[in-house]
Amino acid sequence: MTDLVIIGGGPAGMSAAVAAYESGIKDILILERDSSLGGILQQCIHNGFGLHKFKEELTGPEYAWKYEKRVRELNIPFKLNTMVLDISKDKVITATNEDEGIIKIEAKAIILAMGCRERPKGALNIAGTRPAGIFSAGTAQKFVNMKGYMPGKEVVILGSGDIGLIMARRMTLEGARVKAVCELMPYSGGLARNIQQCLNDFDIPLKLSHTVVEIHGKERLEGVTIAKVDENRRPIEETKEFIKCDTLLLSVGLIPENELTLSAGIGLDRITNGAKVDQGRQTEIEGIFACGNVLHVHDLVDFVSEEAEIAGISAADYILGKSKEKVNVTLKTDGKIRYTVPQIITENKDCKVYFRVADVYKNCKVKVLKDGEEVYSKKKVKVAPGEMETVTVTKDMILGAKELEFMLEV
Amino acid sequence: MYDVAVIGAGVTGGLIARTLSAYDLKIVILEKENDVAMGATKANSAIVHAGFDAKEGSNKAKFNVLGSKMMAKVCAQLGVKYKNNGSLVIGFNEEDEKTVKELYERGIKNGVERLEILDKEGVKKIEPNISDNVTCALYAPTGAIVCPYELTVAAIGNAMDNGAELKRNFKVLSITKKDDSYEIKSENEKVFAKYVVNAAGLFADEIASMVGDNSFKIHPRRGEYILLDKECGSIVSHTIFRTPSKMGKGILVSPTVDGNLLTGPTSVDMEDKNDNTTTSEGFSKIIKETLEDVPSVPFNKSITSFCGLRAASDIGDFIINSPKENFINVAGIESPGLTSAPAIGLHIADMLKELGLTLNKKENYNPERKPMHYFKEASIEEKNEIIKKDKSFGKIICRCETVTEGEIKEAIRTNPKPLDLDGVKRRTRAQMGRCQGGFCMPYIVELLAKELGIKYEEVTKMGGNSLVNVSKTKEDK
Repeated sequence: MTDLVIIGGGPAGMSAAVAAYESGIKDILILERDSSLGGILQQCIHNGFGLHKFKEELTGPEYAWKYEKRVRELNIPFKLNTMVLDISKDKVITATNEDEGIIKIEAKAIILAMGCRERPKGALNIAGTRPAGIFSAGTAQKFVNMKGYMPGKEVVILGSGDIGLIMARRMTLEGARVKAVCELMPYSGGLARNIQQCLNDFDIPLKLSHTVVEIHGKERLEGVTIAKVDENRRPIEETKEFIKCDTLLLSVGLIPENELTLSAGIGLDRITNGAKVDQGRQTEIEGIFACGNVLHVHDLVDFVSEEAEIAGISAADYILGKSKEKVNVTLKTDGKIRYTVPQIITENKDCKVYFRVADVYKNCKVKVLKDGEEVYSKKKVKVAPGEMETVTVTKDMILGAKELEFMLEV
Repeated sequence: MYDVAVIGAGVTGGLIARTLSAYDLKIVILEKENDVAMGATKANSAIVHAGFDAKEGSNKAKFNVLGSKMMAKVCAQLGVKYKNNGSLVIGFNEEDEKTVKELYERGIKNGVERLEILDKEGVKKIEPNISDNVTCALYAPTGAIVCPYELTVAAIGNAMDNGAELKRNFKVLSITKKDDSYEIKSENEKVFAKYVVNAAGLFADEIASMVGDNSFKIHPRRGEYILLDKECGSIVSHTIFRTPSKMGKGILVSPTVDGNLLTGPTSVDMEDKNDNTTTSEGFSKIIKETLEDVPSVPFNKSITSFCGLRAASDIGDFIINSPKENFINVAGIESPGLTSAPAIGLHIADMLKELGLTLNKKENYNPERKPMHYFKEASIEEKNEIIKKDKSFGKIICRCETVTEGEIKEAIRTNPKPLDLDGVKRRTRAQMGRCQGGFCMPYIVELLAKELGIKYEEVTKMGGNSLVNVSKTKEDK
């Protein structure tokens, strides 16, 4: 029996491990499927990480190393090249690796930190052929940054998520020509700073309200037809335009990787595609916690680390059997605010609530209603789906509440 | 000199070659693509039809019913997944009910066993997710599903294990009758064979005309599909057809043997035999008709879409004949071609015998092939035994479909060896899950390069010019 098993050795898993260790749990095991710790940060060789957390600008590997160094200093055990195949309700983990074969590990508590994956092209049903030269942006990033190969020379990018923006710059720096970034929505889902630094600084056009409607080329991609879309996101026939290219990169969304969560019998929130959790990031199964991109997709790794610390500390509290002042408050949203994490509050203490909005709104107010009565209101100049927001819910707001509704007044 | 050259490594050619490989014959399979199963075989409905569809007395009816009865055994021998899930032809009104009755009667005449007509309650009882508007259905318990490219890879692999040769990237340009053989030429190579079997799918008419037979024409009929995540694989358990109308057979909804949900096909007559593009009109049609039949299918869970080109002939039936000396056409093999393939294989062996080919059973003929998916189905103890012998079976490469490095390496070393990424995909299912290769593609490129002894940047998606990477980021110093 292991006290705490953490699934995933990326930024979330490592941060959770360190926090749990520092909260008094020494018997920890991190299971990582890749050949080294760090998760996707290993291939994110650009800078911009750590501004919030460490007040300095780090590359992905540098940021990851800050945590890996701590994991190593504390001698927290980890198994690499180890893939978890199944988690049962009673916290038995089945995993496989080359040296031990298929193993079973019983845990007192589990933290799910598997991260997310990119939405593939297949999910979009783009008409046309199926040639080589179509990659999700992260796959291209792996080829270029980790393997040293160029997936193409003339590039169109569909979707303006952050990985797509980063890869627009990366491919340009490696000598490719990025002809356009098409975004279906009238706004980009990426960070404002990435639009400036990755597109504008390189004169790469960002075509908002545009999509790829057809793929051409038999063996290798030969071009794409793009079109402007109307307010219902339907392509407008007259605006169709052919762009010659040998590569199409897709940055059309990230999906939390929750196969193991489901195998444990934990249901998912339909909006976040992650588990529903309380303020300590505990899922509906006692002793199973989730944090980072497997819970909901974050914009910045700094927030992933922060969330993972919360999960690490509460997993430690759970294992140590610490008592809490119990409450039961459901967090509701109005649709303009799409979701909150956590979704419920079960302990009466100050709690930072993360949320995302459904659209771009200007000059609006974020409000919290306690069983119908306004207990919080804050003006915002602009909110956008690409930037996560937070409100700290205080003990007072929680006390006696059944429901806290998060709403946006526009 | 070969005894028999089979032109076309689709499911038809594959099962012909496999049947012939039981005999003491020198066989060559000629395929124009970089892999087997690259035509209609890789993109169809993957159904083993019960056999009530085709008109009684037709080749289609005859081979369908025979093939359907053979399929389970063939799949067992070849280690190919096969599931007898049964099929339903559902109707929504009185006209449909009439058609369902006709199909029932035709099925009985064709020799289909255990057919049954169900009323609304009967349908809803076995398929609760079918639309409440359903009024009746023809239930065919003998309907089944199989993976067509898995079957073809296995059949050709088995033929090769029994001595048949496979030549890929061999596009037949001419066939010339010499004294006692045919000379078959590609751009760079020629082979001689005493007998030629034309199983060239869409291009069978062009092959036939090379020996002077211009008696039929093949045209492509487009069929588009949308494949959904395994999460949706149990929305229906039977294969759900619509009652056929003047507009054709319509869209089907079916689980696949691998646990996904398949919807499609469209049906559009085309001219260009190379135009296997999907269309937005096609997608709309699939989605609309699927939802009419099974309203709860969540198309936001689709993981890929594709288009197959059926080899439709102007005759309307399978063309199986010998128009020239020692030359056999197996053409126009559209639906139910997959189902019919094992029966056609046997029939071609008989035809060759009648044409004078001596068929002597091979002494060491092995009809069995190791299942491609044996590792997945092994118990934990068995898996650990395998991992102890070769630790790469402990390393997961494809996360979505949990495919190990050992399975991929073994597939690359097994007949017919995959030479590209799609080949690995069709054999192992690596890259075929919900992330569609997002994570594992770079690793599989590496494994392929190493196993095939080629450079990383030479690895292709599907042969030819379909390079995955175009260069190194930096030139070697």
